[in-house]
Amino acid sequence: MKGIFKNPLRRWFWLFLGPVTAAFAIGFVWPFFQGIYLSFCKFKLVRNAKFIGLGNYTAALKDPTFMHAFWYTALFALTSLLLINILGFAAAYVLTQGVKGSNLYRTVFFMPNLIGGIVLGYIWSMIFDGILSRYGTSILMETKYGFWGLIILMCWQQIGYMMIIYIAGLQSVPEDMLEAAKIDGATRWQTLFRVTIPNVMPSITICTFLSLTNGFKLFDQNLALTGGLPFIIQPDGSNIKTTEMLALNIYNTFYNSNSASKGVAQAKAVLFFILVAGIGLAQLAYTRKREVQQ
Amino acid sequence: MTKQDSLAAERRRKTIMSVVLAAICIIYVLPVLSVVINSFKVNTFVKTDTFALPTGEMWAGFSNFIKGMTFGNYPFWKSVAFSALITVASTALILLFTSMAAWYIARVNSFSCKLIYYLCVFSMVVPFQMVMFTLSKTADSLHLNTPWTIPIVYLGFGAGLSIFMFVGFVKSIPLEIEEAASIDGCGPVRTYFSVVFPMLKPTMISVGILEIMWIWNDYLLPYLVLDINEYRTIPIHIQYLKGSYGTVDLGATMALILLSIIPVIIFYLICQKHIIKGVAAGAVKG
Repeated sequence: MKGIFKNPLRRWFWLFLGPVTAAFAIGFVWPFFQGIYLSFCKFKLVRNAKFIGLGNYTAALKDPTFMHAFWYTALFALTSLLLINILGFAAAYVLTQGVKGSNLYRTVFFMPNLIGGIVLGYIWSMIFDGILSRYGTSILMETKYGFWGLIILMCWQQIGYMMIIYIAGLQSVPEDMLEAAKIDGATRWQTLFRVTIPNVMPSITICTFLSLTNGFKLFDQNLALTGGLPFIIQPDGSNIKTTEMLALNIYNTFYNSNSASKGVAQAKAVLFFILVAGIGLAQLAYTRKREVQQ
Repeated sequence: MTKQDSLAAERRRKTIMSVVLAAICIIYVLPVLSVVINSFKVNTFVKTDTFALPTGEMWAGFSNFIKGMTFGNYPFWKSVAFSALITVASTALILLFTSMAAWYIARVNSFSCKLIYYLCVFSMVVPFQMVMFTLSKTADSLHLNTPWTIPIVYLGFGAGLSIFMFVGFVKSIPLEIEEAASIDGCGPVRTYFSVVFPMLKPTMISVGILEIMWIWNDYLLPYLVLDINEYRTIPIHIQYLKGSYGTVDLGATMALILLSIIPVIIFYLICQKHIIKGVAAGAVKG
């Protein structure tokens, strides 16, 4: 039966798989491998790329702006990871307790997700400057304002998103387990930490990795809110943009500075890819392991 | 503690929670409200009196909106039209072709199918910065740099997630239905369009919403691929209001931001249930 059914489908390969394969080759496969190749080259235009080995990588790792962006991004990703997940979980927990109007709250908390990063950045830069201008300063004046400003923005945007995933997790906690804990005389906190949280571990894993990769990949909000400002001038005359994150640093290396640095920018992009993909693979390995155990 | 006491405590707890939630809710809406307020405010007061209502001399009426229409040397309605065109065309293209490909991949067990499938899954963990330079150069040399052709780039770069979600769903559809169709004389094309396609509807909605949210708000890909002197999307337009050095008219900027988020909020309120479901599905799988 299967044989009869499958053979005619195979003849339609070009109709079913053709368009996606072609677009995927243009939109991903070719740019990806060309990108890896170019990271080992010195080039101004793709046409005259010259192979130079690992030179771009050593230059990228020696670049103080890249290292600063890395540590700044890591600090940002971890801080936002903690805040977003704790607050998102708290919101989900409260909203699954049968409070009146929880649907309305859910709608409101999720709403910022629909607004794009660039627009969000400008909304919040107006708000922060509205507050800070009373003290004669601005979000562009100090690194700590830029950092916490971006944290507040990301919390506002992402808490609702994580909340949705946590609500789905919380609703799948078996009712009889909670009942049993209640009958055994467990307090509310004991029930939360001993029964509820272990049962929503899969959701916690998903949200943790999601907010970690979101933090590392952040670009639009970073560009629109501070654009990397303020900068400090190095002894050698170059400057470091103190609120510039990894993605923006790569972008600026590609398009803002001298055209000879495109190879270095591509090497940075490859390192960035390895970092982000590493986090993604770690998540995959972790969830696989848990699935086997269960 | 008597039963009545604990019931009263429970009720008090719920009341406190409701009050706290309502307060947070108001704080949550404030940023959007401040956009509304400031879009009607005379520019010079936006920075000094950001949180005041636009009364008296601060009231600008609709002048910010009128000014915003041609602000940044580019008509705003054109940005809206290009954003809508790119979003609708790309989403339609992605839904049609990735669902077809996913059905083929799920039903035909060949090396090339597996290779494409795993490449798609792999592409989901690749950040855009990795391919942005080479992708924009490739798109340029193939003349995919117009709003009418950029959907092909979106189909290519966005195929990963939707193929992944569709393959997962197709594998849960029993093969017997399609076999019955083929016994009744349906060829693969007809089997797909009149039997499989209608069954994919729930996943279509989830994938469609994820793609719409992504493409409508996407900034960097259209910015790098399109010729921005001729074609701008809403995020590019808004970025260029500030990017053009000199004094920025914050009132007009806020008017444009308000105009650009109104359709999004209407879309959200209409399709809220599907959006939340789609996001949850995408997150769990991705």
